[in-house]
Amino acid sequence: MSHADAANPEVLKAMGELFVSLPHCRTLGFEYLGTVGRKPMLRVQWREDLVGNPATGVVHGGVITSIVDTTSAVSVAANMQDYETIATLDLRIDYLKAATPGKAIYCTAECYRMASQIAFTRAVCYHDSPDDPIAHGVATFMRGSNPKPMLQVEDKP
Amino acid sequence: MSQFMETFDRLRDEKRYAEVIASVPYARLMGVEFGEGDDGELLFSLPFYERNVGNTTLPALHGGLIGGFLENAALLHLMWGRESQEAPKIVDFSLDYLRSGRAQTLYARCEITKQGKRVAHVLIEAWQEDRKKPVAVARAHFLLSTGS
Repeated sequence: MSHADAANPEVLKAMGELFVSLPHCRTLGFEYLGTVGRKPMLRVQWREDLVGNPATGVVHGGVITSIVDTTSAVSVAANMQDYETIATLDLRIDYLKAATPGKAIYCTAECYRMASQIAFTRAVCYHDSPDDPIAHGVATFMRGSNPKPMLQVEDKP
Repeated sequence: MSQFMETFDRLRDEKRYAEVIASVPYARLMGVEFGEGDDGELLFSLPFYERNVGNTTLPALHGGLIGGFLENAALLHLMWGRESQEAPKIVDFSLDYLRSGRAQTLYARCEITKQGKRVAHVLIEAWQEDRKKPVAVARAHFLLSTGS
């Protein structure tokens, strides 16, 4: 997959790789599969240590929250003209049905409004098809949230 | 009732908090701890671990992790109060981030706002050094299994 459709492909590539490399995302095993249009896709494989209900083996809702937050952040990066810091302002998840134990979860997101100070996103999690979703998430992000860059200048490609 | 719930009930009755966390894989991975506060209400805490970071330059806890910690607190709070015969199922979860989570212990407390026959509404608040300066506030709906 390419980053060609992004507002700034270089920013999306660097920020996308940064967001999935953050310690908690590595802990959960998030994989950034790429971005089509300006919609990034992430995947998390089912793992025993991500389970929330040991009676059923269903993944913990917190894993869904993390992948929605991360994928949504990458979708904001797909709309950035230049490097900037962002911070999640709020997040809402609707758990449409339980995830199936043993199956990977995919998440796609889009930033449907990039306002001057706030970015608005929506995301969907699913196993096989976005038409059969597990969870839906909407979030807002504060733009320019911190004077300290998320990427160190020397890290930039 | 599932074997997990039978085990959970026994651990709860004996107040074996660490073993409750050990029985929920993702809670154990996060590093959650809990017990009774001075007022007898449940107090959840999450010591700082590098693996929970979501911004390495500040550094700050990952927003999704904060969400998972709060959702897990609400779930255990409900189960502690014997509100459901099986583990409650989360329906929706809404989270407002008020401050970044620093490299310190994060605390959380829950309040059951409404306890219906089928649905419970829970408010959750998280803070670090100062309870008056919350890091995040959240609300969640859970579906209960009351057997009725």
